[in-house]
Amino acid sequence: MRRQLKSPAGAAGSAGAADPGALLLAPSRWRLWELALWAAIWAVPVFFGQHAALVNEIAILALFALSLDLILGYAGIVSLGHAAFFGVGAYGAALFAKHVMPDPLVGLAVGTSLSALLGLITSPMIVRGTDLTRLMVTMGVALVLLELANKFDGLTGGADGLQGVVMSPLVIPFIGRFEFDLGARVASFYSLAVLFIAFLLLRRVVHSPLGISMQALRDNRLRLMAIGLSVQGRLVAVYTLAAGLAGAAGALLVQTTGFASLDVFEFHRSADVLLALVIGGAGWLWGGLVGAIAFKVLHDVISSFTAQYWTFWIGLFLVLLMLVGRERLFRPWSWFKRGQR
Amino acid sequence: MLTLLFDGIAYGMLLFVLALGLAVTMGLMNFINLAHGAFAMAGGYILILLMQRAGWPFLACLPAAFVITAAAGALLERTIYRPMYGKPHLDQVLFSIGLTFMAVASVDFFIGSSPQNVQLPDWLRQRFEFGSGPWMLGMGAYRLFIIATCLALALGLQAVLSRTRFGSRLRAAVDDPRVAAGLGIPVNRIFLLTFAVGSGLAGLGGALGADILGLDPTFPLKFMVYFLIVCAVGGTSSITGPLTAALLLGIADVMGKYYLPKLGAFIVYVLMIAILLWRPQGLFSREGKR
Repeated sequence: MRRQLKSPAGAAGSAGAADPGALLLAPSRWRLWELALWAAIWAVPVFFGQHAALVNEIAILALFALSLDLILGYAGIVSLGHAAFFGVGAYGAALFAKHVMPDPLVGLAVGTSLSALLGLITSPMIVRGTDLTRLMVTMGVALVLLELANKFDGLTGGADGLQGVVMSPLVIPFIGRFEFDLGARVASFYSLAVLFIAFLLLRRVVHSPLGISMQALRDNRLRLMAIGLSVQGRLVAVYTLAAGLAGAAGALLVQTTGFASLDVFEFHRSADVLLALVIGGAGWLWGGLVGAIAFKVLHDVISSFTAQYWTFWIGLFLVLLMLVGRERLFRPWSWFKRGQR
Repeated sequence: MLTLLFDGIAYGMLLFVLALGLAVTMGLMNFINLAHGAFAMAGGYILILLMQRAGWPFLACLPAAFVITAAAGALLERTIYRPMYGKPHLDQVLFSIGLTFMAVASVDFFIGSSPQNVQLPDWLRQRFEFGSGPWMLGMGAYRLFIIATCLALALGLQAVLSRTRFGSRLRAAVDDPRVAAGLGIPVNRIFLLTFAVGSGLAGLGGALGADILGLDPTFPLKFMVYFLIVCAVGGTSSITGPLTAALLLGIADVMGKYYLPKLGAFIVYVLMIAILLWRPQGLFSREGKR
């Protein structure tokens, strides 16, 4: 399911002893289709303004999935509690907007840094133990935060949620000021812009030495230690970064909907984002984006004819996906070829 | 106080029977089966349906719940679980979450989403009381029944595991499936049987606990965390580990809900994280395994 580091066999085999640096840098070049896809994504809210709310949701889920991709697809950390960071970002941004200042950009920064801080604090928990321990600990952190948010209902509004988060207009220097409107047009552009910046950032990160050593860590931890790189330091750095991005996604959700509820910490949020990422494919940056789009569209389509039982179909889809395997499910023509895998 | 302790023990015993199958699958096949709660739910619904629609007596429904869920477990193991054994943990987790989603939605569709009630026979509704004041011990007959049943099951399983030929084969297969297979032990068949028994136990636990835990279609999702806590904290290499963990969890949960109603679940989770940080392999695991 995960993409391995591209083996240099094809290029280097013919060119003799090619420069390894050039080989590692090769996938970092922008491809034409990537530029085209981004242009297409930006075109959607421009030309289909009536779907701006959906675009906004997809952008937020995509950002969330992107951050999970960083730790799951690239660093190989299994997490069932990524909603913890989403929720901290959401509540952080909501409370900041309500009590300190309503500026969206500052709020976004606050939400992001709060959840990054939480990531930094909780990261020692995920560098130890087996997959099962990690699953439990990440899930436990999210559950603890859920209970805390429920307990301190004076601050968070408890089960009723935190209402009346009003944002001031978005002021971007040299470009202008934009009021958040009911049709979510500005919101969709705002979320897309944040997603785009995060994508650029991660694209830079995963092709940097840090990113490459992360993938090496995922594939063979022992060997990385033998080379003399610090496994723990890398995991901590990556986990913190991913936590910050997840927090940014949470902050975006609150800022664009004006509402924060306990729902942001719920287990199903962690499960949904995992699902979206798995549909898109972990281990490449487009996985989160493609997965988020596919997940939301799938959700919309299935709920339109069976609203209550859509989890059945998503469950069936998951089971099939895992049994048959991603590669084969999405490439039907390979069913008839033998000898693969 | 003693009553609370008693209720906690009953709850813990129930959790133990529910989670034991999961612990075995996890330790045995190294498979993280989040759909385990679905089997428990199936057991509960079988009990309800048999009692309400077919009019079976309560005691006859319990073995039926065991047998039917065990058969379902065996069938599923043979058809869809076995290909997943070699896959990475993440795939297994997603696969079993998918199964759980399907089970939840199906039950919702066929039976309805309202919580179900169990009509207990009269002899199980009595209550015994001893002593007085803060040391009063009130025991519900049903909880006593649960403790007795679960204790008998635990002892029986321990005996099977440590005394019989099947038990030694099973332990061999857990320790090293390849060598066990090389020695002529039918590892696949043992896995199948164990999975079936584990699912059956979950079904039995679900049937027993339908009255105490409450039964509705979200049961697998609600209690999945508890099962996982039992397995993760107790370790998966023995019966004693999960038993102790289940008892701890049951008592802590009941006490927490009584004395600190708002912080109850919080304490359980924090404890779990702390224990897992202290002993990532579980409290009672053998050192250095995997």
